Amino acid sequence: MADTATVFRARGLTKVYRMGEVEVHALRGIDLEFRAGELVVLLGPSGSGKSTLLNILGGLDTPTAGEVFYLERNLSAADEEALTLFRRDHVGFVFQFYNLIPSLTARENVAAVTEISRAPMRPEEALALVGLGERLDHFPAQLSGGEQQRVAIARAIAKNPAVLLCDEPTGALDSATGVIVLEALEKVNRELGTLTVLITHNAGIADMADRVIRLSDGHIVEERRNAVKRAARELSW
Amino acid sequence: MTALNLKLLRDLWNMRGQALAIAAVIAGGVATLVMALSTYDSLLGTRDLFYRDYRFAQVFASLKRAPDGLAARLAEIPGVERLETRVVAVVKLEVEGFTDPVTGVLASLPNTGQPLLNTLHLKRGRWLTPYSGDEVIVSDTFADAHGLHPGDRIHAVINGKRKALTLVGVALSPEYVYQIAPGAMFPDFKRYGVLWMGRHALAAAYDMDGAFNSVSLTLAPGANERAVIDRLDGLLARYGGIGAYGRKDQFSNRFLSEELKQLQTTATVFPSIFLGVAAFLLNVVVTRLIATQREQIAILKAFGYRPLAIGWHYLKLVMAVALIGVAGGVALGAWFGHGLAGVYMELYRFPYLDYVLRPGVIAIALAVTGFAAVSGTLLAVGRAMRLPPAEGMRPETPVAYRATLLERLGLQRLLSQPSRMILRHIERRPLKSMLTVFGIACAGGLMMVGNYQRGAIDFMVDVQFRQAAREDLAVTFIEPTSSRALHELAQLPGVRHVEGFRDVSANLRFGQYHYRAALYGIEPEGRLHRSLDSALRPVAVPPDGVVLTDHLANNILRVKPGDLLTVEVLEGNRRVVQVPVLGITKQYLGVSAYLRRDSLNTLLREGDVVTGAYLAHAPEAATALYAKLHERPRVLGMVAHAAAIRSFYDTLGEFVLFFNMVATLLAATIAFGVVYNSARIALSERGRELASLRVLGFTHGEIAYILLGELAVLTLAAIPLGFLVGAGLCGILVVVFESDLYRLPLVLEPYNFALAATVVAVSAVVSGLLVWYRLGRLDLVGVLKTRE
Repeated sequence: MADTATVFRARGLTKVYRMGEVEVHALRGIDLEFRAGELVVLLGPSGSGKSTLLNILGGLDTPTAGEVFYLERNLSAADEEALTLFRRDHVGFVFQFYNLIPSLTARENVAAVTEISRAPMRPEEALALVGLGERLDHFPAQLSGGEQQRVAIARAIAKNPAVLLCDEPTGALDSATGVIVLEALEKVNRELGTLTVLITHNAGIADMADRVIRLSDGHIVEERRNAVKRAARELSW
Repeated sequence: MTALNLKLLRDLWNMRGQALAIAAVIAGGVATLVMALSTYDSLLGTRDLFYRDYRFAQVFASLKRAPDGLAARLAEIPGVERLETRVVAVVKLEVEGFTDPVTGVLASLPNTGQPLLNTLHLKRGRWLTPYSGDEVIVSDTFADAHGLHPGDRIHAVINGKRKALTLVGVALSPEYVYQIAPGAMFPDFKRYGVLWMGRHALAAAYDMDGAFNSVSLTLAPGANERAVIDRLDGLLARYGGIGAYGRKDQFSNRFLSEELKQLQTTATVFPSIFLGVAAFLLNVVVTRLIATQREQIAILKAFGYRPLAIGWHYLKLVMAVALIGVAGGVALGAWFGHGLAGVYMELYRFPYLDYVLRPGVIAIALAVTGFAAVSGTLLAVGRAMRLPPAEGMRPETPVAYRATLLERLGLQRLLSQPSRMILRHIERRPLKSMLTVFGIACAGGLMMVGNYQRGAIDFMVDVQFRQAAREDLAVTFIEPTSSRALHELAQLPGVRHVEGFRDVSANLRFGQYHYRAALYGIEPEGRLHRSLDSALRPVAVPPDGVVLTDHLANNILRVKPGDLLTVEVLEGNRRVVQVPVLGITKQYLGVSAYLRRDSLNTLLREGDVVTGAYLAHAPEAATALYAKLHERPRVLGMVAHAAAIRSFYDTLGEFVLFFNMVATLLAATIAFGVVYNSARIALSERGRELASLRVLGFTHGEIAYILLGELAVLTLAAIPLGFLVGAGLCGILVVVFESDLYRLPLVLEPYNFALAATVVAVSAVVSGLLVWYRLGRLDLVGVLKTRE
């Protein structure tokens, strides 16, 4: 690995939700580190805490206990405004259901983010990067699921984020389409050197990662480094 | 344009039906606001200009007769700027081909040149030639009503002498903007006219050579009106002065002021209702919009949009809808205003009516609407701002339903499954359901307000002319006359019944309160002219005391039966006496004090004297009777009721039509806006649920029942509530519009209720049909695939 600077560092990360009368322990004291340029896959069944972890890393949520640092910045102590700026400047998100704004075209969906970013690429550039240079003016409803997810990826990377957080990006897609999306992520990770954290419950995807972390019931139960990183196009499930 | 603004425009386009329905409700409120305020501005501006340019006097006084030499002393009263004396005569007029009695006022103009005060605006023809003997200028209402033109001749009976007059001009006067015969219920341009004649000729005909009987004056800047009036009264007392009064008590000006006051009320009450409903609708729609867009909000926040940017985004959407409403409302309001100004010009005679729509009025409309729209949606927008992005990603938890009251009472057997769904949905958000019902009720209420005047006026006419003043003809004499005159009248062909009356002007005082009113001495057991109690039953006037109109007793003098009233008679020997208040009489038009005629005669220390008579006659004898009475020199004037009522209804028809049109339009807008929006929201909230039912085999009709059944229940609940709202609003208006000139009774006829219910029901059915059509296009597969 060329660059091994630590981007995220978490110590004793704990998250407890109250859902009505029940307490849900989503994270139970997690320690981990992510380094620049890595492609990390977080594996685990539903309810294992992986989405919660991703939300906390991305500044969408705050831990109940423990600390998380982005570079030198303590995210667990940041206020709402600081978290907003952190997300605006450094984080790109990709979600399972794409979450495009249906009333905006592909280009405009990306523009919605680049308009508030400090040094973004042009929306057309970002869309070309994910292979959608020809479908700029289509509305989400006119795009297939895979295409929508690639627009979401373009939207996430257009700001040149330091970190790309993907929550089940292929969860709603068939295997062939999923591979195309993963290829796009792989390309972004390779060409832009963006730290990419990818959540999945699909173990087949883990093979494209530099590192695989497995969660269960709020704990890290396994952490391994892939000796051989497989290309996304070789994957299938 | 930024991506977010593009989103806003497209969101707006996607919800255009609802946005337009809300904009229409806003437009309704803004239209009434703009109509009332701009017409108010226009009337006020025109009035002030007219008063100023035509030197409308500020203080007026009538007297019996004073020598011209007194004028100089009057002009020296401190605070008087300009003073002018006149001769004013009440006369009988004859217009060729018109047999009904016509009363006229002949006012003198200077022999040469223009008057100092109350100058005329000459519409047609020319001014009088100096010292002309028979030339007159006629008020435009009278000329128009009879088709008179310069060069035509009419006759007047002045002081018992018939005189031929040549019409040379048609004019308007600031003194007679609203022309209504004193004591009349409404203007009658055919039977009441104002004419101007040279002083020399009028004085000669009216035995006023070297004398005057009318004074008008303007005040120097800073002068005290009260002080001037007191000095004037003091000087005029021995010349038969009957009390000077300021502009605010001048008859024409009083009516105009009342009208302006009503416009201000209109500008407050109606827009409040509309904008309140619009705020509620915006709240419902924006709350729903934000609920459906919570994931979009979350994603925008995830990418670093600040809560304020999100809030501003939705507020812009709200303001866009409000702006569309304001734009439409201003246009509609200007149109209504033009129409209303035109209707006013029929009744209020100005040389011109400049309809102006000040930018200030538009600014007020913008500010009021902006406030209503933003305050209505602040809660929902605030929720969007506070929505934690991580939570926004998760689907909303299913809303909690519970068994309805009916079911908890164990009556679920009575309800089919779809009916239970309807009731549970209504009960789930009781506040929203109640507000929906209230919004629809407001529409019904407004409709009633727009229509109640007709019934109220019918009732007023009925009470006034069929129960209280039942005479066919009221005759007034030139001066107090022996009651033997009544026997002569009774002998005239066709006369069935005669009752004499004695009236006199007086100042009534009780403590700090005082009022100048006519004191009427009537026959205690009169069949024609009767006093009515609060239940509108005729009651005999008791001896040795006064019976006061309810409004005069309760609201002006604040006396009750048993109190002693001070009566300062303003004519003859000007006696000041204490008279007990013996009763209260119900009266909708004007205010008066009634005594038995013999009591009044005693009080005035005179014999069996009358100043006029009420007559009942055979209808077919009318024309011959008018002619006979006209010939009698002692008969000063006649008022025939039937003709006056007919002419009134002709004028009223136009007003009623105009207000009905406006009210129907506005009420339908509200009803449609509320029902349509509720239906669309319900469709958006429950589209998935309904599509699922369709997939399970429910028919289009069955799912429509679930959705529209709820609206039908709410609309049905709203109709009776609307009756209450309407009755309440009418009640408020009746109180607000109360004045000593008239009080509208709160009378609601079955057709008021029927019309309100019909407009609400039709609007509901139309919006139901639109939603029915949309239900037919429900995308079953698509809806089920999407994630809620």
